[in-house]
Amino acid sequence: MSISNESEKFNEKNKSEEKMNDVHVSSLADVASSHASKKQPGTAVLGTGLEARGVHAWFGKKHVLEDISLDFFPGTVTALIGPSGCGKSTFIRILNRMHEFIPTAALAGEVLLEGKDIYESGTDVTKIRLRIGMVFQKPNPFPSMTIKENVLSGLRLAQLKVSGEDELLESCLRRAGLWEEVKDRLGEYGGALSGGQQQRLCIARSLAVNPQVLLMDEPCSALDPGSTLRIEETIRELSSTMTIVIVTHNMQQAARVSDYTGFFLSDGGPGRLIESAPTSQIFSNPKEKRTEDYVTGRFG
Amino acid sequence: MSTSLAPQVLPEKPWRPTFKRVLPDLFGALLTAVSTVLIVAVTPLKGKLGFSLTLIVMALVFSVLISGIRKDKKAAFNSVSTVFVYIAATFVLIPLFSILYEIYSRGVGALTWGIFTKDMSLSSADAPVSEGGLLHAIIGTLYLVAIATIISAPVGLLTALYIVEVKGRAAGLVRFFVQAMSGVPSIVAGLFIYAVWMIGLGNSYNAGAGAAALAILMIPTVARTSEEVLRLIPPDLREAGLALGATQWRTVAMIILPAARSGLITAIILGIARVAGETAPLLLTIGGADAINLNPFSGNSSALPYYVWKNLSLGNPESIERAWAGVMVLMLLVFIFFTLARYFSGKRAGR
Repeated sequence: MSISNESEKFNEKNKSEEKMNDVHVSSLADVASSHASKKQPGTAVLGTGLEARGVHAWFGKKHVLEDISLDFFPGTVTALIGPSGCGKSTFIRILNRMHEFIPTAALAGEVLLEGKDIYESGTDVTKIRLRIGMVFQKPNPFPSMTIKENVLSGLRLAQLKVSGEDELLESCLRRAGLWEEVKDRLGEYGGALSGGQQQRLCIARSLAVNPQVLLMDEPCSALDPGSTLRIEETIRELSSTMTIVIVTHNMQQAARVSDYTGFFLSDGGPGRLIESAPTSQIFSNPKEKRTEDYVTGRFG
Repeated sequence: MSTSLAPQVLPEKPWRPTFKRVLPDLFGALLTAVSTVLIVAVTPLKGKLGFSLTLIVMALVFSVLISGIRKDKKAAFNSVSTVFVYIAATFVLIPLFSILYEIYSRGVGALTWGIFTKDMSLSSADAPVSEGGLLHAIIGTLYLVAIATIISAPVGLLTALYIVEVKGRAAGLVRFFVQAMSGVPSIVAGLFIYAVWMIGLGNSYNAGAGAAALAILMIPTVARTSEEVLRLIPPDLREAGLALGATQWRTVAMIILPAARSGLITAIILGIARVAGETAPLLLTIGGADAINLNPFSGNSSALPYYVWKNLSLGNPESIERAWAGVMVLMLLVFIFFTLARYFSGKRAGR
């Protein structure tokens, strides 16, 4: 299945959903097709990305997200920006069904992975999370496991059988940009690494189960600038092989690593997707005044 | 290069009090001691109580005076609280060391190799202490503790997992009952087993019944402590496991339990500490014996606390000496067990 097909389908869908006036999906789709033509070779292995359709979220009675529709294209990085409390983290947790761990949480809408709603009843949620990995704000390597065990923990946890564990270990650590630093100390505990190394270890851990989509919830907010740079390089390198969604408070980071940017805002009520477009457009020529105010630092 | 010319720098600890700085405190301590001795000698205050009370008052007076004169009012108040903290700590330690000393001095006389190798089946109660032994009681206690642990460790741990990890519908209720159960008097646990297991179901005395009664006391301790330990595990570890596509059970087994291992071992140790010295439930359940009984599920059994209780109630000097030896062996047993458990839990956590 090629991506241009997908975006065509998506365009048609979009025409029928003209009520989504806040979301500049058409421009997104145009860019997506140009993107796809640019990245033609090898795109078939990427799958079809992820689509959120009319997603609402609640915590108890509080409506925290309203009608979010957003596409994440394979082989691209999408950054979600916006001030604190606008629902970006809630949204990214909805994308791999981590939202439901909060007892008061509720949801409406669809999240489509390869055209199938991940919230459809009867879906095996553990299989969904294998295909949609997540890296958290705070590095959280498993303290009782060594570096090697941490990377391979996803296989053990999901009881997957893999031949050539050592090759997988090396390739995951290489892709996460950590191999050179830890290749001689794979038997040490993950907690012995620095914060930035721990976060790259967590990325390597997510990669080991070979997800199609990688969600990153402020992965650099606990790290120093040097480690942040390494992680950003890692994200750029990974983006050619998977769909990446990153929540960030750092607008320079969004500008550096992402192909697309979605701007979330809450005016005291539920968070809304104000604008989503190619990153260059969001930062140079946003359609919405509020987006411009935010990215130029006038508020938030 | 100038490095050779630079003065050599040695590591120091400048925050440490120098001798000059602690001198006034030493002086205060000396004044306290001297004045206390003088006051006790001159005034009608006599005995240990009079001495310690005077010591406390004098320590307060001189520490306040010295810090007040050297510094200011704030320092004086600070030294008052310091003195009270030291007094409280001393009061906690006095009975502890007093008990340890008493047990040692009374029990060590009867502590011979023989008591670890013989039981009381061939010796009468008024036989010299060198005859007979308490092997049967040691074996009984080991059986009781082992069986009680086999029952309560998994039950307690699973209860804690239900409350913290599963967060089931009845978690609050279960938590409430666990807390209520930890306040149950130990004799009630014995009475329960006696009423249900023996009178109700027609079984007779044995170590298994005693262990069941101890398990009733041990489960709440293990469950509550494990609950606290599991709550300390950062929630992001849980999320990390689940986000990798693991089921809840795999996350608990591979991430939560290993991360909490040493704390959970401590929970079980605390449970054992709770029951190893229990006497009351055993009086109603194990029946007591003078001979070694290797079958915990049939026939009367003894236990160290039971042995101590029985020998004390016999009243003759030899029996009382045996009782003290029993107390000392019980204490040593618990101590050895704790040390082993600590060693193994620490060793595995650090690998």
